[in-house]
Amino acid sequence: MSASRLINGGRIDRSCRLRFTWDGRSFEGFAGDTLASALMASGETVLGRSFKYHRPRGIMSAGVEESGAIVTLGAGERAEPNTKATMVELYDGLTACGQNAWPNVRSDVGAALGLFGRFFSAGFYYKTFMGLPPFEWGRGTGIWMQYEKLIRKAAGMGEASRIADPDAYDHVHAFCDLLVVGSGPAGLNAALTAAQQGKDVILVEQDFELGGDLLNQADPVVEAQRRDLVAGLEAANVRIMTRTTAFGLYDYGTAGLLERVTDHLAVKPAHAPRQRFWTVRAAATVLATGALERTVAFTNNDRPGVMTVAAARAYLNRFGVLPGQNIVLSTNNDSAYVTAAELAKAGANMTLVDLRDRVSEAHIVAMKAAGVEVKTGLAPLKAHGGKAVTGVALARPEGKGWAAAETLACDLLLVSGGWSPVVNLVSHRGAKPVWDKDLACFLPAPCGDNVVMAGSAAGHWNAGDCSASGIAAAKTAMGEPAEAPALGGAETPIKPLYEVRLPGKKTKSFVDSQHDVTAADVRLAHQEGFVSVEHLKRYTTLGMATDQGKMGNVIGLALMAEALGKEIPSVGTTRFRPPYTPVAIGALAGRNTGSHFKILRRTPLHDWNLRHGATMTDAGLWHRPWFFARKGETITEAYIREAATVRDTLGICDVSSLGKIAVQGPDASEFLNRIYSNAFAKLAVGKARYGIMLRDDGMVMDDGTTWQLSENNFLLTTTTTNAGKVMVWLEELLQLRWPDLKVHVTSVSDQWAGVSVAGPKARGGIMACLQDPAAVSADNLPFMGVIETRLKGGIKCLIARISFSGELAYEVYVPSDYGEAMMDLLWEAAEPMGGCLYGLEALGTLRIEKGHVTGAELDGRVTIDDAGLGRMASARKPFVGSALRQRPELMRADRPQLVGIFPKDRNQTFNGGALLCKPDEISGFGEGWVTAVTHSPALGHWIGLGYISGGHTAWQGKAATATDPVRQGDIAVEIVSPHMFDPEGGRMHG
Amino acid sequence: MIRIPCPFCGTRDHSEFAYGGDGSITYPSLDAPMQDWHDAVFQRENICGVQVETWQHVNGCRMWILVERDTMTHEIHSVRPAHAGMAKALGAAS
Repeated sequence: MSASRLINGGRIDRSCRLRFTWDGRSFEGFAGDTLASALMASGETVLGRSFKYHRPRGIMSAGVEESGAIVTLGAGERAEPNTKATMVELYDGLTACGQNAWPNVRSDVGAALGLFGRFFSAGFYYKTFMGLPPFEWGRGTGIWMQYEKLIRKAAGMGEASRIADPDAYDHVHAFCDLLVVGSGPAGLNAALTAAQQGKDVILVEQDFELGGDLLNQADPVVEAQRRDLVAGLEAANVRIMTRTTAFGLYDYGTAGLLERVTDHLAVKPAHAPRQRFWTVRAAATVLATGALERTVAFTNNDRPGVMTVAAARAYLNRFGVLPGQNIVLSTNNDSAYVTAAELAKAGANMTLVDLRDRVSEAHIVAMKAAGVEVKTGLAPLKAHGGKAVTGVALARPEGKGWAAAETLACDLLLVSGGWSPVVNLVSHRGAKPVWDKDLACFLPAPCGDNVVMAGSAAGHWNAGDCSASGIAAAKTAMGEPAEAPALGGAETPIKPLYEVRLPGKKTKSFVDSQHDVTAADVRLAHQEGFVSVEHLKRYTTLGMATDQGKMGNVIGLALMAEALGKEIPSVGTTRFRPPYTPVAIGALAGRNTGSHFKILRRTPLHDWNLRHGATMTDAGLWHRPWFFARKGETITEAYIREAATVRDTLGICDVSSLGKIAVQGPDASEFLNRIYSNAFAKLAVGKARYGIMLRDDGMVMDDGTTWQLSENNFLLTTTTTNAGKVMVWLEELLQLRWPDLKVHVTSVSDQWAGVSVAGPKARGGIMACLQDPAAVSADNLPFMGVIETRLKGGIKCLIARISFSGELAYEVYVPSDYGEAMMDLLWEAAEPMGGCLYGLEALGTLRIEKGHVTGAELDGRVTIDDAGLGRMASARKPFVGSALRQRPELMRADRPQLVGIFPKDRNQTFNGGALLCKPDEISGFGEGWVTAVTHSPALGHWIGLGYISGGHTAWQGKAATATDPVRQGDIAVEIVSPHMFDPEGGRMHG
Repeated sequence: MIRIPCPFCGTRDHSEFAYGGDGSITYPSLDAPMQDWHDAVFQRENICGVQVETWQHVNGCRMWILVERDTMTHEIHSVRPAHAGMAKALGAAS
């Protein structure tokens, strides 16, 4: 290929020179160039190396279907591999380099692999290395695992940066009456038709200019029409989005768009995101996505200097580059003729080879006038040359096969194998494309959701028909009667052509050049028994590269059909999946990265806790105090001290994250009585009760206390984790199952700041903070009592005497805004009494010592009996889950039940998550598992909770082993009652 | 992206809603025999076509609704409030 920039012509701005770097060398191009056109104009031919064989590759197209000029853009943290040079808008200072090559794409050592090409046929590595004989005969994959690493290194695409993406991406949502995808003659006319009727229209174009194929035409009249259409769109307030790809179409006319905001700018504005990810909900959609020109499988059809005819036209008319001097153009359809004439007019020596024996007289005359030599009844058999094409051997049809014919010298070989409408977006919606035998292409099938196809995407081959079909599509989308022109439009029908080869010859003719899949691979797959197109795809990887087989899929299907002796439609086709072109992960993530990755919930006491030395930990979405270390303390030292202090004096712990639900209404008591397993009907005003709620299937859902504040007003608390789930459940029951109950539930979790004050001195600590200290005297506030009173300063508060720690304990709630004031009062009182602040870790220690269950124990797989709380399941009333909890399997005596665990050697510890086994049967799932482990200051050694078959009575006097093969070995343990500390509860009631 | 016409709020993306379950089930009374509960909780048709589902507009009005949806095409045939009384009180489309 000896391409050269023309002195004038094209849409580039020759007065605006842009410097860029390719593979470390400096080049120049013009504004309006793509990276591909600028490199072509500079005489660069080899721009890539192929995936498997490291064959040299050049520019094959001028669009998204590019499979040769695949490069890495940028460097460092902004390196973006596998970019199509044909789609990269040139800017000053752009850097790009070749990939999958060493030392560079022009002279790649890896090309030696091509010599061994016959070993690399489809599925070669499975056959060659898996269970490699004689070393691994019949044994598996050990050696394969090693070879695989080497193969992966040798074969491949570009390398992604391993540094975090420094750019910002935005998510945007939009609505419109009509979304038009594509701005060729069909798209422009569709958008204008709807907009002029007052519709709100969004027009999306992946290119940086509007016009689609109109941009590739030389005729100034066409350009004037294009300008008029664009001016009309602007006047009609169409929302025009260039540099934006509609990458996916989803249910209900929802489209995903990717807008490249700053990729093309030499200086990126600091405030702008790199890209925007749009979700557009359109009442109607017109897809004017165009058609892609197919190539043909023949030997060395991937050589630099072999490209599509349409690409040559784009480089000539849009970018002002004459892509070759001595050009052979091979076609099987009418579309190539105009390009042949234009190339000849620009000074190329043109030969046109048509597979068809006869073409229209008008074409013959036009070619003669343009000085194009025409040869008919011929097709390309083999491209000569290595890093550039030097000639082409032709063949003519003979019988059912081919016979060799003459050879022509050339520096550029253009191929048109027909056109494939871009049906990808309707395929996303599950509409299977339909094969049209006359047009030799897949046409889009109707897909519903008011999506209408237009232009060449619908199978119209002429610009006039495309315009008319755009107008008709817009009308159809708006619900008006409209008639689209007839499909096709060629004067002489296409003669289908997919592969040219001589019988018996094994050569490299590529079907999917991006993944190095050859025609021989497709036949091999058939030989090996792959008959389904889905299997063919997976075995050969045909169509699985970043282009999803935009150019090669149809050829692959045709070859498979031939091998099977079937027609193309009966072989079927694979379904295209989003995205149409690759989408950066960063764009999917948008701003939801780093600390914005998930919601952070802070309690009203968050800042207060931090000021008082809290180390925080994640508890679901919440940040909660983990421990309050004194200077020099480790976490273990801190939580043991905190737990011991609670048992000795008092401690204060933020429990604001507990779920809090106001249950109100005349039937509230009845409602609670149905959802909790224990009796709630006779709860009294000023009393709290611990309750367990089950799911329909009889498993434990959640637990917590419920406080009766007045006759029809209850405050129900849930665990932190299940707050949302329980709220949804209560709403479901009230709205769907028991619509007759007069109850209203409201989430009030954020309305209250809550603390637990626990320890033998807890009462004194609270009294010191109250306006009326007697309110919490043992008589006024007995165990499980609730009062409403005031803190000093008149702060209204709720105090419930309930205990999770097993000590004399209170939960004190104040409105959120008074949280800090409450903490100041409590801490001022507690600190001189020798009290402490304690976090989740000490909270865990205290409850493990008492055998109180939490999320680790109530994991959705346990029954109320398993958790040792069977006495809380009322036998005198039905409740949610009461029927199914009595299933025989759930009543078995040998089910795993909650137990306490001591290490046999009290100096040892064991791990949460370890399996509990019989000492001589350490295998399988064992007899149970460990849910929680802590160091107990009260007992002076490590303890744990867990579940084991039959519970602690079944294991009395029996040895057990906690086994954790991954982290540490086996530890001998004793199974004890889960109530490991103060089993009578004297401290709590005291 | 399914779009669900909430009778209380208007049409919204399905990401605002949470799927509940089979809307054709009538749950037995709490004191019904175990077998009735077994059937209601565990026996489900795997419908290819139109089925009634419960959804909650969990990131919206928090109302539960009954949705007739085609499991093949995601087409929604009807949506109505689950709680007739609340719908009436709030003047929702039914």
